[in-house]
Amino acid sequence: MNNLNLVLPEIFISLSIMFLLVLGVFKKDSSRLIFNTSLLVLFITAIITLNETYSVNRITLFNEGVVIDHMSSLMKIITLIGAFLVLSISSSYLKTFKIFKIEYPILILCSVLGMMVMISSNDLIVFYMGLELQSLALYVLATFNRDQLKSSEAGLKYFVLSALSSGLLLYGCSLIYGFSGSTNFDIIASQLNSNEYVLTFGIVFILVGLAFKISAVPFHMWAPDVYEGSPTSVTLFFTMVPKIAALTVFIRFLYVPFLNLIDQWQMIIIFLSIASMLFGAIAAIGQTNIKRLIAYSSIGHIGYTLAGLATGSNEGIQSSIIYISIYVIMNLALFSCLLMLKRNNQYYEDIDDLSGLSKNHPLLSLSLLVILFSLAGIPPLAGFFAKFYIFKTVIEQSMYFLAIVGLLSTVIAAFYYLRIIKIIYFDKEKERYDSDHSPWLKFSLTFSTILILLYFIFPSQLIEVVSRINII
Amino acid sequence: MNFPILSSLILLPIIGALFLFFTKDKNGNNLTAKYVSLFTTTVNFLISIYLWISFDQSTSSFQFIEDREWIDGFINYKVGVDGISILFIILTTFITPLCIISVNNTVKTRLRDFLIAILIMESFMIGVFCALDLVVFYLFFEAGLIPMFLIIGIWGGPKRVYSAFKFFLYTLLGSVLMLVAIISIYWISGTTDVIKLYELGIDAKYQNLLWLAFFSSFAVKTPMWPVHTWLPDAHVEAPTAGSVLLAAILLKMAGYGFIRFSLGLFPVASEVFTPLIYGLSVIAIVFTSLIALMQEDMKKLIAYSSVAHMGFVTLGIFTIQQQGIEGSIIQMISHGLVSAALFLCVGVLYDRMHSRLISSYGGIVIIIPKYSILFMLFTLAALGLPGTSGFIGEFLILMGVFKDNFLVAVIASLGVILGAAYMLWLYKRVVFGKLVNKDLTKMVDLNKSEYFILSCLAIPTLFFGFYPDPLINTMEVSVGDLINVYNNNLINK
Repeated sequence: MNNLNLVLPEIFISLSIMFLLVLGVFKKDSSRLIFNTSLLVLFITAIITLNETYSVNRITLFNEGVVIDHMSSLMKIITLIGAFLVLSISSSYLKTFKIFKIEYPILILCSVLGMMVMISSNDLIVFYMGLELQSLALYVLATFNRDQLKSSEAGLKYFVLSALSSGLLLYGCSLIYGFSGSTNFDIIASQLNSNEYVLTFGIVFILVGLAFKISAVPFHMWAPDVYEGSPTSVTLFFTMVPKIAALTVFIRFLYVPFLNLIDQWQMIIIFLSIASMLFGAIAAIGQTNIKRLIAYSSIGHIGYTLAGLATGSNEGIQSSIIYISIYVIMNLALFSCLLMLKRNNQYYEDIDDLSGLSKNHPLLSLSLLVILFSLAGIPPLAGFFAKFYIFKTVIEQSMYFLAIVGLLSTVIAAFYYLRIIKIIYFDKEKERYDSDHSPWLKFSLTFSTILILLYFIFPSQLIEVVSRINII
Repeated sequence: MNFPILSSLILLPIIGALFLFFTKDKNGNNLTAKYVSLFTTTVNFLISIYLWISFDQSTSSFQFIEDREWIDGFINYKVGVDGISILFIILTTFITPLCIISVNNTVKTRLRDFLIAILIMESFMIGVFCALDLVVFYLFFEAGLIPMFLIIGIWGGPKRVYSAFKFFLYTLLGSVLMLVAIISIYWISGTTDVIKLYELGIDAKYQNLLWLAFFSSFAVKTPMWPVHTWLPDAHVEAPTAGSVLLAAILLKMAGYGFIRFSLGLFPVASEVFTPLIYGLSVIAIVFTSLIALMQEDMKKLIAYSSVAHMGFVTLGIFTIQQQGIEGSIIQMISHGLVSAALFLCVGVLYDRMHSRLISSYGGIVIIIPKYSILFMLFTLAALGLPGTSGFIGEFLILMGVFKDNFLVAVIASLGVILGAAYMLWLYKRVVFGKLVNKDLTKMVDLNKSEYFILSCLAIPTLFFGFYPDPLINTMEVSVGDLINVYNNNLINK
């Protein structure tokens, strides 16, 4: 137990959660205090993670159930920063709906803890524990605006479907345990007998469960309803943070125990990827609600991330991680804009509400323009480079079909992004929106837009960070 | 290499655009913005002239090369010019200030944003012409879609949304295949550096597919028949300055791409697909000329004539003869000047009468004589009258084609006659004949800025018509070298 400092971030965050819970119970009207403390906790945890684990190459702890390596530390830091930014920009939204309560930041902390456990897991049991911890917190967050019918509906839907997928996942775990005699990833890898086709069933069940968590087609049905119904700040959280954790588990699960079975799972991932890219692009065309549209677009983006995973190479993993990092930034920027569409204490979420925005709010529209073109993958914005890295690795493996389908679906997807730009820039203007926003919101929008816009000047930095990840 | 002159050419308009961002529109009229953008583009023009003067015409190697590490060990930011690309750069920097002057009369709303879009467009276009790395080229090539989409969509005519979408999606669809090809080239040859690729050549067994992928992008952008349908829509709806940029420079990106990449990198495939190009070009020349004859909208007519002229260009490029390629380049430069002028001429009429229909004009020669003279000059240049730059281009192209394929040359020559028919008929119906409408008498002749722009375009049109040597001298060695590279790679692979 000499290496306890490696799990210091997790220990710190769980102690803070308990402390904040107690504080919330005994001190009245403490929501603002707890909110700010949670921000601080997330920030400190990120710093601890950076300090303690960033330079660690690969160490396993707790009977090899937990692994600390470059991927886990990087993904934890992205998760923590993502959660920090989400929390920081959601306060004014929560206040408007009078749901600025102590539970909100604490639940976010809980789910972040769950994700950190997931990211570090090297064992099916540890992984499942983390997954459930984060999911339970997310169910409650989805229903957080409980007086609204849609929010409750979203939470319930999410709960029922997610529980189903967890069941499938557990069934897959038990199959794998039955055929390899262990739940530990490393031991499974060494015990593997690829002739056991029942093992493939186990892999498929777990992949279904994981695909559900990252909402890849055909396990995406929950996403649009839940995204639309949940409070916008929670939707932002859904689109960013859990996906990072789920993607990490996805990578670890495929590449640590089952790399030798790549022939078995590669086709599945390619199918998930192509289906998500195409479906995400086509289904988004008919949407009128921005949050639903973002749900479909996030399905599409997950498709590209999976394309990187399908390659079976280290570069593929790296490109997926680059993609998801850039995607997180673009999403943050998009939602910051969405949270600015407020007038008379009411938030607007329909695409038509953006009509003629450029006349009254030129700066906001300019950022939206940059963000949307970046999401569509038009150079020289960051979104293009994300896709570029993915297709670079995909083509390296001579998977031309995947590359061409992927690029054609970017053209389809460009259509609905252009439609939003058209509404913002070409259509008749409507009433002005409020222009006094919280400094956090302004900061996150400016920061992320500038990152997207100027990414092309220093593209090497991100690659350098990610290139330390070495799973295979 | 001391001073990064090409990068400054690319960056200067962007800096100007940034500056514009901080100015304010007053009632849609923003003098500061106009002067700033005019100043930046003029300085850019002067720099490019300086570039031309200090350009060494006796060598075929790339000059003013800048090579910086960009994405670690993978892509370098590499720019440079040879005798071919420098002409396009000068064309770009020459046309853009004229566009900005013409904005006076055509753009009524959000002038500042319009100027920003044009400036950003300029730097992307210059980037396309001096990129010496495939990825850098793709980046500039695609990025140009964004400002053009906005120019058509915000300031265009009634059907602008449809046209803007069509323009954007058509070109994007063509380009994504090129991206696949570029990445494949990286994995096949280990580099995307154009100069190195010229030396290495590309394995012959991949060339056909790669050539087709590049073709899909360039064919849409050229545009070649049958993927030309976005062009008339985009032209009709775009504001005058947008049409000018589109016709004069954007279309040339594809022709330039054909010369630089399709010929230079894939000679084996070019040899295979030359009949395809010949076929499509000849169809484009004859078919779109016939369509142009039937048009009632002046802008549409000129748009279709652009397709026909670009048909000559592609024809000339794939003759792989010195004359053919030189002719294509001159034809592109000349078309840049002439089509820009013709769109401006239509714009002049449209500003006064708010109609682009040919039938609403007639007999205006008495009312606006200055305009009619200049319009005639450009009409004659468009149909390739000797003494105008249009003639030199078409003549050299046909000379190259006659060496290569007699039948194609004969049919293409037929296109010259058709070209004369639709242009002269257009001129006759608009300028001569009876006054069809009493309102026409109220028209005023060219104002100072219009007069200035059209004269600026008329001078080089005539000058290069009589004395094309400056153009030919600049590009001669580079074209010859390109043909050498082509033949070497053809034999070695």
